[in-house]
Amino acid sequence: MSQIGSFALLLALALCAYSFLAGILALVSKAPSSERLGETARRAGIASFAVVFLAAVVLVVAAFQNDFSIAYIFHHSNRDLPAPYKFATLWSGQEGSLLFWALLLSAYGLVLRLRYKTDVRLFAHASVIIAAVQVFFLLLLNFAANPFGVMQGALPADGTGLNPLLQYPEMVIHPPMLYLGYVGFTVPFAFALAALIMRYPGEKWIQITRRWTMVTWGFLTCGVFLGAHWAYSVLGWGGYWGWDPVENASLMPWLTGTAFLHSVMMQEKRGMLKTWNMWLIFSTFMLSIFGTFLTRSGVVSSVHAFAQSSIGDWFVAFLAIIFATCLFFYVKNRSHLRTEHKLESLISRESSFLFNNLLLLVACFTVLWGTLFPVLSEWVQGTKVTVGPPFFNRVNVPVALLLLLLTAVGPLLAWRRTSVESLKRNFLWPAIGALATGVLLVALGMKPWKDVSYFYSLMTIMLSALVALTVISEFVRGGRVIGRHTGQNLFASMVQLAHRNTRRYGGYIVHFGVIVIMIGFAGSVFNQDKEQEMGFGDKLTIGAYTLVCQSYTQDDNPNYGSEWAVMNVFKDGKQIATLNPERRFYKASQQTSTMVANRSTPQEDLYVVYEGQNPQTGRPIIKVHLNPLVMWIWIGVWIIIAGTIVALIPSAVPVRVPAPARMRAEPVGAGD
Amino acid sequence: MRTRGWLTKLSSRAKRGIWGLSGARPSPDSSSLALLGMTEMFFKRSAQLLALALAVFAVLGAGDESARVNDLGHRMMCVCGCNQILLECNHVGCAYSERMRAELIAAVDRGDNDDLTLQGFVQKYGTTVMAAPTKTGFNRVAWIMPYLVLVLGIAMVAVIVRAWRSRPLVLPAGAVGAVHGAELEHFRAQARKDTEI
Repeated sequence: MSQIGSFALLLALALCAYSFLAGILALVSKAPSSERLGETARRAGIASFAVVFLAAVVLVVAAFQNDFSIAYIFHHSNRDLPAPYKFATLWSGQEGSLLFWALLLSAYGLVLRLRYKTDVRLFAHASVIIAAVQVFFLLLLNFAANPFGVMQGALPADGTGLNPLLQYPEMVIHPPMLYLGYVGFTVPFAFALAALIMRYPGEKWIQITRRWTMVTWGFLTCGVFLGAHWAYSVLGWGGYWGWDPVENASLMPWLTGTAFLHSVMMQEKRGMLKTWNMWLIFSTFMLSIFGTFLTRSGVVSSVHAFAQSSIGDWFVAFLAIIFATCLFFYVKNRSHLRTEHKLESLISRESSFLFNNLLLLVACFTVLWGTLFPVLSEWVQGTKVTVGPPFFNRVNVPVALLLLLLTAVGPLLAWRRTSVESLKRNFLWPAIGALATGVLLVALGMKPWKDVSYFYSLMTIMLSALVALTVISEFVRGGRVIGRHTGQNLFASMVQLAHRNTRRYGGYIVHFGVIVIMIGFAGSVFNQDKEQEMGFGDKLTIGAYTLVCQSYTQDDNPNYGSEWAVMNVFKDGKQIATLNPERRFYKASQQTSTMVANRSTPQEDLYVVYEGQNPQTGRPIIKVHLNPLVMWIWIGVWIIIAGTIVALIPSAVPVRVPAPARMRAEPVGAGD
Repeated sequence: MRTRGWLTKLSSRAKRGIWGLSGARPSPDSSSLALLGMTEMFFKRSAQLLALALAVFAVLGAGDESARVNDLGHRMMCVCGCNQILLECNHVGCAYSERMRAELIAAVDRGDNDDLTLQGFVQKYGTTVMAAPTKTGFNRVAWIMPYLVLVLGIAMVAVIVRAWRSRPLVLPAGAVGAVHGAELEHFRAQARKDTEI
């Protein structure tokens, strides 16, 4: 088994190396045979997918067959591990997750290489760049982190099992989503670098890249929030985001990717920010690699300590090569990136995008800075410091509030210039609505003067109301115009409106999802928790809820032994639910894990953790959190996904992108 | 309870003081000396009020012990390696967090102020116990940099905007020349009308 896998990885490396070298030769050479050589490079790239896929299948089959002669399977699986988690073994450890990276990259490469007819030369360049990235990961897999390494000595009877924290349904989908996001940024990066290398005329590459970026960004968004939901459900500390370095690593490319999705519109519509966009997408890709480096190298301490090793040097070298390559081609071809238009007014969509980008990048820098500061501090002063939630919250919350304000104002601004009158006209009622929301919240008992966190919470909700009202007013205004022409009702008109310009209105839906998430975050200011030793019949009161402990039960299965409490929940004297917080002891890994019982409503989550027994008294300890508005976060993510899908649907009225005169004169593919 | 009693006394003094200031109004026919005395009295009363306000704030800060424990406990990390905020470490039998929480409560009960409490933890557990860098020495850089980057970013945007605004418009060969004034407004109005939805 291991030999098949190892051979497949070696073959994949050979194919990708060929695809890279032959691809370069074909692009550089003027010989008539270069076209055929390029075609063989493309086919080698396609074949690499099949071979990497074979290697991944071999590893999964080895997990299902309990082939503990493979060290990776021994360390990340065991005989009694349920089938879905055996499948998840593929990305549960370092070597497997690198193989998964390579698999997804070759899958993206496959799609790109199959769609080469869109623009043969541009796609050929992008294919070579992807092949280069593939070569890096396959070098790692073959020489530094081989998932098919064999066990020395006598074969063990059973494996040490999967980390208990990973034995949760979301862990079957969270890493693939996150990796689809991380890996996916290779494609826009490849197109951007390709366009720079070949001095690609016009903005067609931007259209192709933007679509890929949106898909990738959607996956990364899902991955980040699935991770947050996993942390909330499994770690049992009552929160969903702890500013852990690995969480930060996933947030950084998300922030720069978001900035790119906005600023790229300026390039499409106005031919501006070309250099900026180029470096944004370069940075996003480098941050994806950097994220993988952080996850895998152990350079910073993290709760994600299940995959640390010494392959960091490889990533540092790779990052250096990427940066040098990008810089070289930028310096060589920067004249190609000259801005075509001037800024006509400060009150315009262009300037709002500039500030939007600035704030997103400041947020990204803060996350990067805070993540790396402990390393810097150790280097400079010889002592390590911790940079935890108080730092990130203090710096990033005001930035997020400013971003919310821009989210409200930006869509109301027109390209080129907006008159103050039109801004007033469109902004007046949403502003009044936001102020009324604030007044209402204060009247209901919110005291922003009590603490800065209450102030931030109030501002978040007010600005979210502002964004919601501007988005709704945009839909209603457009819907009414269509309704007047077609006689349709308002809802049907708004659907038609969105269909006419899916990118714009899909974007508005995404903005709406973002504010729903922000409202969810704002609720965290009002979190409460209580911890108590609870025997049979004991009561715990928190907020409007009373929990009564009915019993404790134990169970056992081949994978783990479990112990859980049966807690009846009462509200206003009426029983409304029974919750079963659980604690598991995994036999193979000899580790414990909590399974939170959560009664989630739009108003609040009643989040109950069975923490175990007090070693002194032997009595069970129950911790209860009352977390308002958490459900809004998960609803917001669904809205973002819906908005992204809408934005990806082709518009009924296609968006026209003006192409420069020389672009129109040249045949497709004649980029150089 | 003890604190509340002190607070009550202070607030009753405060009431007397405010009331005294308004009640000890001098007669209208007072000399300039009396006016000087009044000014002196005003400053004296103001100083008393200020001292009183500071005392009240100090007492308010120290009053709610559970709030202080909650605040300080969220400014420190559990040092067991779980990378969690001290009060959020949920490992039953954790060798550190339970002991650290007990020490925190003891420090607050003793009446140690926030700085003293935190310093005690730093001395015992090292600098990594603090959840965020302190605002001293090199650690200040951690706090300054994001704001510095924001300010530099704004300056950079300002420079870019200035450069863009002053840039002469380059028209592609064969393009229609620029329009100005009423003609431009006419085109704008037409474009707004055309792109209303």
